[in-house]
Amino acid sequence: MEQLFDISLLNSTVRMVTPILLAALGGALCARVGLFNVGLEGLVLIGAFAAIVGNHFTGSLLLAILLAVLCVVLFSLLFAYMAINLKANEIVVGIALNFLAVGLTTFALRTIFEVKGAFYDKNMDGLPSLTLPLIDQIPVVGPIVSGHSPLVYFTFLLVVLMHIYLFKTVSGFRLLATGENPIAAQSMGVKVRRVQYLAVVLCGVFCGLAGAQLSLGQVTMFAEGMTAGRGFIALVAMMLGQSNPSGVMAASLLFGFMDALSIRLQGFSIPTHFTLMLPYVMTIVAMFLFRDKSYLQLAQRGGGSDR
Amino acid sequence: MTVLLEMEGITKLYGTFAANRQVSFTLHRGEIHAIVGENGAGKTTLMRILYGMEQPTSGTIRINGEVKQFADPADAIKSGIGMVHQHFMLFPSFTVAENIVISREPTRGVWFDRDEAAARVRELSERYRMAVDPYKKIWECSLGMQQRVEILKVLYHGADIIILDEPTAVLTPLEVKELLETLKNLAAQGKSVILITHKLHEVMEVADRITVLRSGQVTGTLRAKETNVEELSRLMVGREIAEMQRREQKQGDVVLAVDDLFIRGDGGKPLLDGISFRVHAGEIVGIAGVSGNGQSELIQAITGLRPVDGGSVRLLDHPVTNAPVRTIRRLGLAHIPEDRYLWGAAKDGSIVENAILHQYGERSYSRFGFLLQRRLRELTENWVKQFAVKTNSLFEKAQHLSGGNLQKLIVAREIGQNTPFLLAAEPTRGVDIGAMEFIHAQLLKKRERGDAILLVSSELSEVMTLSDRILVMYEGKIVGEVDGREATEEAISLLMAGGGAR
Repeated sequence: MEQLFDISLLNSTVRMVTPILLAALGGALCARVGLFNVGLEGLVLIGAFAAIVGNHFTGSLLLAILLAVLCVVLFSLLFAYMAINLKANEIVVGIALNFLAVGLTTFALRTIFEVKGAFYDKNMDGLPSLTLPLIDQIPVVGPIVSGHSPLVYFTFLLVVLMHIYLFKTVSGFRLLATGENPIAAQSMGVKVRRVQYLAVVLCGVFCGLAGAQLSLGQVTMFAEGMTAGRGFIALVAMMLGQSNPSGVMAASLLFGFMDALSIRLQGFSIPTHFTLMLPYVMTIVAMFLFRDKSYLQLAQRGGGSDR
Repeated sequence: MTVLLEMEGITKLYGTFAANRQVSFTLHRGEIHAIVGENGAGKTTLMRILYGMEQPTSGTIRINGEVKQFADPADAIKSGIGMVHQHFMLFPSFTVAENIVISREPTRGVWFDRDEAAARVRELSERYRMAVDPYKKIWECSLGMQQRVEILKVLYHGADIIILDEPTAVLTPLEVKELLETLKNLAAQGKSVILITHKLHEVMEVADRITVLRSGQVTGTLRAKETNVEELSRLMVGREIAEMQRREQKQGDVVLAVDDLFIRGDGGKPLLDGISFRVHAGEIVGIAGVSGNGQSELIQAITGLRPVDGGSVRLLDHPVTNAPVRTIRRLGLAHIPEDRYLWGAAKDGSIVENAILHQYGERSYSRFGFLLQRRLRELTENWVKQFAVKTNSLFEKAQHLSGGNLQKLIVAREIGQNTPFLLAAEPTRGVDIGAMEFIHAQLLKKRERGDAILLVSSELSEVMTLSDRILVMYEGKIVGEVDGREATEEAISLLMAGGGAR
């Protein structure tokens, strides 16, 4: 199995994990304010498409990423308005968002680029890979950590930032309070709706970045439904990680690794469709293994004991 | 005595219904002023108006002589009013300190200074002598501790007037005693307390003045020193409350036999540990105990809601240990459950649907799988009338009934089964004096008909007035049996606290 497990497998894990982790962090923020955002998949897909559109028409990577973020934030606001103001069931809204994204991107792909299936333009530049000085020289670690797109590094930085935000700042504290007991938070003068909107918009930003990494990070192309369930895997990673940034990162790494492994296994004359199942099989296995009490269940136990 | 708060001529109309009519209320600095009244007398409405959650139709509120209008609770909080809600407004997975300082957190720049928060909470808890551990998570705290957190939160946010809505409903007797001490202490330190309750003994113990409401109107404001429980209940109900009389009668055969019942717990300690007792026909056996000492598990074991790990239950000489609920019910069990929302009612169902839960399958109420709506409606109408359930329509959702009315409906349903055995758990939880009197009378009537009743209640006075024999539970064991006629509150309290246990 020498060729199966090597350093480049871990290198591609780091790359594969990025969109999942970004979306999962966004989902975790939503979960922390009491909104279960099933629409991650659709949001990432919209981000991936918008990034390609931006790249193709402006030629600027920065503008492409900005466009992706902007579009996804718009759709997030739709989700927020439906779920928060109209009090629609957020699962239903999320599912609707996913189908909307599939239909809309496919339709737009045909109208804007006049192609079916996938759009690829060799004149487009993908995200550059950064070679980290010094770290690059370290054996084993260097080849794994170095040579990724800036978004990859930003994502791992985001894990730290989000941890600090949630658990060290006043604003983060109120965000957690909103999710844990919105009525109590409101009674203490916390602006519950504003906090929920903030979380959903940030989730939109993260999903936009996830989409950009997906379509510009490696292959620089857009294919119909190219998220291929990564948004749902992000959802699982978010739940396994109990919406804790570090936990979410650990779970995402697991799934990213399975993702990379499934691609690697295709070179071992194992049927492609079988290897493509791997990350999803892993998801199911993970649900069996990690059924422990989440913070929400603990919360309910505490709140429910008075009867 | 300086007058701190005046509410004058407060009227609140919902359509044509007056929840409050010309209510006037004054509160002095450093006073504990209790507001008592039956369910629906308008106590809560009055306090919601004071706390800015409702707007009065007419009337004025003055604080220190200044006219105030509160658009929302935030306004009221700014004017020094704080409210401890009946259902706590806490964050279970947060620490005590975090719960207290929220929305006025001590900061350093954008950072939340948790150590400073804990220090301030500690200082506050020392000043008002309410012991809390600032770093403990709320879900690990007892209900008494959670209530202290609520009071400290109100104080932290600068309240001079503290409103407590039914604060003792969920507390153990010992915690109640502590709370009343705390309230006296707060008043001594210049805070004013408004206490909403219908437990008159507590009121007599702690209040300086008492305002009685009935049907939205004030029927009297009295000094606690110059009144007594009888006068208060007369003002509340509008008539004399009859003293319950338990007629002597002979015991019949054994109806329920529980032997050596055992339920394992999560940790090392069993939840039920060798429980054995008998309930005879024509007898009420009361089970007293601080809640959480195995009463819930015992109820669930007898009614078939929870499997037992050992021992046996026999009903009318049939073994029913771990039998399905329906089998047990068919044999002759009726059950007033302790949590009416969880076990007793389908919240989204109508009153009729909730009333017919046991009848719907019977021959006389259904034909070929179709419900005979008219008969079921008659049955429900009968119960609603008999038990004076206040409702506009039989098709109203159960969740729209007030807690007391829903409880009456459930009691009506279960007594209406005419079974030889009734398990009544907290039969009067949250109902007012009038309804309590009525339910007690119904239970005694059932006893006189020669049925057996097992009464489980955390309300000691209830157990003592109704029971022929009283069993006291402590940590999953029965630690004592007292004759109903000779029982004293002291003796039972001692057993409840584990005083008689080996």
